[in-house]
Amino acid sequence: MLKEKKELENLATYCIDKSIKFNATSCEVKVGNVISETVNLRNKKIENSDRSDVLSIKITTYINKKKSSTQFTYIDNENTNVMIQKCIESTKLLPDDKFNSLPNKKLLVKNIDDLLLFDKSTISNEKKLEYLKEVEDVALSNKFISKTNGSSFKQSKSNFIIANSDSLLSGYKKSEFFAFTDLVAKKNDSGMERDYYYDSKVYLKDLIPPKDLGSNAAKLAVRKLNPKKTKTETIPIIFEKRISKNILEILSSSISGSSFARNTSFLKKKMHHQIFPKNINIIDDPLIKKSIYSMPFDKEGVKSEKMYLVKNGILKNVILDSYYAKMLNKETNGRASGLSNTYFEPGNLSYKDLFNCGKKLILITDTMGAFGNATTGEFSCGATGLYYEKDTFYPINNFTLGGKIKDIFENIFLANDLEFKYSKNCPTALVTEGLVVGGY
Amino acid sequence: MSDFFKNTDLTRAEAENIIDETLLNKDDGELYLQNSINENIILDDGKIKNTNFTKTYGMGFRGVSEDVTAYCHSNSINKNSLIDASKSINSTLKSSKSYKHNNSIRRTNESLYSDHNPIEARSLKEKIELLNTVDQYLRSKSNLIKQVTASISTEKKNIEIIKTGGMTLSDNQPLTSFRIALIMKKGSKNTQGSYANGGRMTFDNYINENNWKEVCDEAFRQAEMNLDAKKAPAGEMDVVLNNGWSGVLLHEALGHTLEGDFLYKKTSVFHDQIGNMIGNENITVVDEGNIPGRRGSLNMDDEGEKTQRNVLIENGKLINFMHDRLSAKLTKNTPTGNGRRESYMFAPMPRMTNTFMMNGKNTRDEMIKSVKKGIYVDALGGGSVDIVSGQFNFAVNNAWLIENGKLVVPVEGATLIGSGPEVIKKIEMIGNDLELDNGFGTCGKAGQLVPVGLGIPSCKVLMTVGGSKT
Repeated sequence: MLKEKKELENLATYCIDKSIKFNATSCEVKVGNVISETVNLRNKKIENSDRSDVLSIKITTYINKKKSSTQFTYIDNENTNVMIQKCIESTKLLPDDKFNSLPNKKLLVKNIDDLLLFDKSTISNEKKLEYLKEVEDVALSNKFISKTNGSSFKQSKSNFIIANSDSLLSGYKKSEFFAFTDLVAKKNDSGMERDYYYDSKVYLKDLIPPKDLGSNAAKLAVRKLNPKKTKTETIPIIFEKRISKNILEILSSSISGSSFARNTSFLKKKMHHQIFPKNINIIDDPLIKKSIYSMPFDKEGVKSEKMYLVKNGILKNVILDSYYAKMLNKETNGRASGLSNTYFEPGNLSYKDLFNCGKKLILITDTMGAFGNATTGEFSCGATGLYYEKDTFYPINNFTLGGKIKDIFENIFLANDLEFKYSKNCPTALVTEGLVVGGY
Repeated sequence: MSDFFKNTDLTRAEAENIIDETLLNKDDGELYLQNSINENIILDDGKIKNTNFTKTYGMGFRGVSEDVTAYCHSNSINKNSLIDASKSINSTLKSSKSYKHNNSIRRTNESLYSDHNPIEARSLKEKIELLNTVDQYLRSKSNLIKQVTASISTEKKNIEIIKTGGMTLSDNQPLTSFRIALIMKKGSKNTQGSYANGGRMTFDNYINENNWKEVCDEAFRQAEMNLDAKKAPAGEMDVVLNNGWSGVLLHEALGHTLEGDFLYKKTSVFHDQIGNMIGNENITVVDEGNIPGRRGSLNMDDEGEKTQRNVLIENGKLINFMHDRLSAKLTKNTPTGNGRRESYMFAPMPRMTNTFMMNGKNTRDEMIKSVKKGIYVDALGGGSVDIVSGQFNFAVNNAWLIENGKLVVPVEGATLIGSGPEVIKKIEMIGNDLELDNGFGTCGKAGQLVPVGLGIPSCKVLMTVGGSKT
C-alpha cells in the first residue's frame, strides 16, 4: 500500500525537529514512497514481473551558510538519528557559501490546485499481460516483424512530502501508466532492424489502445529495413517529432542556471538576444492538467508558473533554482527540478510543406549519441533516416550529422503538427542550412 | 560485514525457510541483500558545492522458472515484506509445472581487493583540503581555465546472497573514484577536458600526490588542445585510436552484442555466429572479471558466481558469449560470472566486467605513417550501441587530422559511427601497447548502471567520422 500523507508528514516533521535539535540553523526534508509493478512480455510469452516498494528520505541541513545532504532507505528512528547527526557533522566542516540558503519564504507554495496527477485505478498483472499480448499480436501480424525484443507495462504510484524549517509542508500523489514495445523487423535476407513505440499517461483510461501501440511500432521498424548508405554532403534536414524534441533538450541544457552562473554555456552572452527566427516562441508550462511532467511546485517547494523561454526568437529566461538565481542576481523561477512541459508554439507550415523545401532532403527518424554539446555549441551525432529525392524515398543509416547548434536554431522552420507527448514537444522541424551529413 | 537480521523481526532461520518454500519448486533464484554507503564530495566553481552521504539498504527476492523471472524488492527487510515478495513471485510463476531446481554455484575464496572502507581512508576535512589544493593547482596552470569541477566518490557495498538450503555468499565491494572536469575559454570558444582515476584498491592507490596531478594534467591537456582545434572532417576514412580508454569502442561495438541475453533472445547481430570467423585472425577479445583491484572486477557476481577470464573472440573466431545463470541455462552454457545488477532494486542480467583486446604487432607510429587522410583519436568520449542492427556511435573528445602520415592539426566536434560486424572486419592494424583504462567507466543497460573496466592496444580501423567539414 502506498504510504499515506500523514505517515510521510510525520517522518518529515521528525527529521526537521531532529535536525534543528542537532544544531542545524535550517533544513529541508523530502520523503517519498514509490510503488511500481511491471510485467514484461516477449514473443507473446511472459518474460518477467517486477514489484518495487521503496521509501526514501533526503535531508539537507544548513548551518548558516554551510550546507550538506544525506539520503537513505534504511528507515528507523535509530538510523535516521545517525544519518542526521552525520550530516550535521559534515555541514560544520564545510566552508561558507554565501548563496546557500532555503528559498525565499514568500515564494514557497501555499495552496496547490489539483492538476489531476493521480489516478486511483489499478491494473492487475493479468490485465497488463492481456494488453501486451494484444500489442504483440498486432505487431507480429505484420509479416516483416520477425520477433519482439520485449514489451513492457508498468504501473507506478508515488506519494511524497517536502518540508522545510520555514514551515513548508506540502506534497501530492502521482500515478503513471507506461506501455512500451520494441520490435525486430526482417525481410527475407535483410539484416535485422529494430524500433519501438511507447505511451505514458497519468490516467489508465487515456493510455493508447494496444493495437495502435503494436501497429505504430511495427511501421517504424519495418520502414528501416534494407537501408542504403549515403554520401557526405550538405543537405536540408527534417527532424521527425520524436527527434526534433531534442532541439528543446539541448536548449534546456544550454540555458540552465548553473551553466549561465558558471559561465559554461555557449549561449551565456545571448540573454535578450535573437537566437531563433522571429516567429519562434518556446514555452514551459508546469501546470498542464493530467500531464506526467507537470508540477505545481519545484523540488525546493517554490511554486512554478507558465513561462516563456524564447519569445519572438529572443532568449527571455533561463532555468533557475534559488542558488543559481542568487548567483545571477535574480529570483528563482521555480525550476529547481528543471523544465516541465516545454513546447514550441506550432508553425504555419503543413507537414507536407516542409518537404517542398528542395529537390532532395533527409528525414531523420533516429539519432545516436548526444544531440549537441551545450558548452562548446558543437553538434555531432549518428543518425538513421529516409532519403527523399524527386518523388521517391528510401531508408538510409550509418551516417552522421555535424554542425553547430547555433545554426540549427537559426535555420529552423516548424510544421503545424505540435502534439503533447513528451516533456519536450516540438512539431516536425526543417533545418535548411548548416548541417553536414557524413557518409561514404 | 553487515548483519541484515539484527534490527528486524525476521530471523535468519525464518528467512531461509521462506526462501526454501518459495524457491524449491522453481528452477533458480535467491534473496539478495544490500547495505551500501557512499560519500560524494564535489568541488565546483572554486568551492565545495555539496557533500552527500547515501545509505542504500534493501532486499531483492528473485524466482526463476524456465525462462520467466519474478522479482520483488523493497527497502524494508522484515517478515511482512519477505512474505509479500514470496506471494508475488508465486503469483507470476504459478503456471510452471516442471522444474529442475539448481542451486549449485561456482564459488571462490580468491580475494581481488582487501576488505576496507575507502570512505574512512581520510577525514572529510582532509578530503575537502585536497580538493581545494587540486583546484588551486589546476587554476595556476592557465588563466584561460574558467571552471574546474573535482570530485571524490567513495563507496563500500556489502552484499549477501542467500540461496536455498541456507547457502550464503557475501562480499564487500569497495570503490574509489577521483574525477576532474574543466572548461577553458579563449575568445568566444569554450573547450572541455576531463579525466579520472579509480578502482577497488585502497584510497591511496588512486589519490596521492603523484597520481592526482596526473589526472589534472591530462584533463588540462585535453581542454588546451581543443583551444586551437579546427573543424573535424566528415565521411569515411582511416581512424587511428590510441590505446587504453579507446577500448570503449570495443565495449560498445562488440561487447554488448556478446551478452548472453541477446543470444537466447536471438537479437544480437552475432547470435548465429558462434564458431565463425567474425574478424581477422589478429583479433582476440577477452572479458575478465577477476583482475585484482580493477573497477570492473568482482570476487563474485551479483548471483554469487565467481568471476573469471572469458575469451570471447580468439584469433578472429567467435568463441563464447558472456552469461548470467539464466542465459547460461537457456543456451546450455556454463555461467561465466557476468550476472550483475546495479542494486537490490534490480534483477541481474549479463553484463561486462573488464573487457579488452589482446596485443597485436604494430606500433602506433606505423599506423599513423600508413594513413593518407584520416584522424588520430587521442581521447574518446562515451558511446552507445543498438545491439540488433549493430550500429554504434562515440563522441570524440580530442583528435588530430592526419595527412600523408603526419599529425597536422587538432580537430574537434567529431562523432565516430559504424556497425559492429563491419568494424571488426575493418580493423587493419593492432598495436603492441595494450593498456587498461584508468578506472572511470560506467556502463548503462536497461536503466542499470554498473562500474566497468576496458582496454585496447592502439588500432587502425576504417570508420565514418561525423565532423562538419565536407
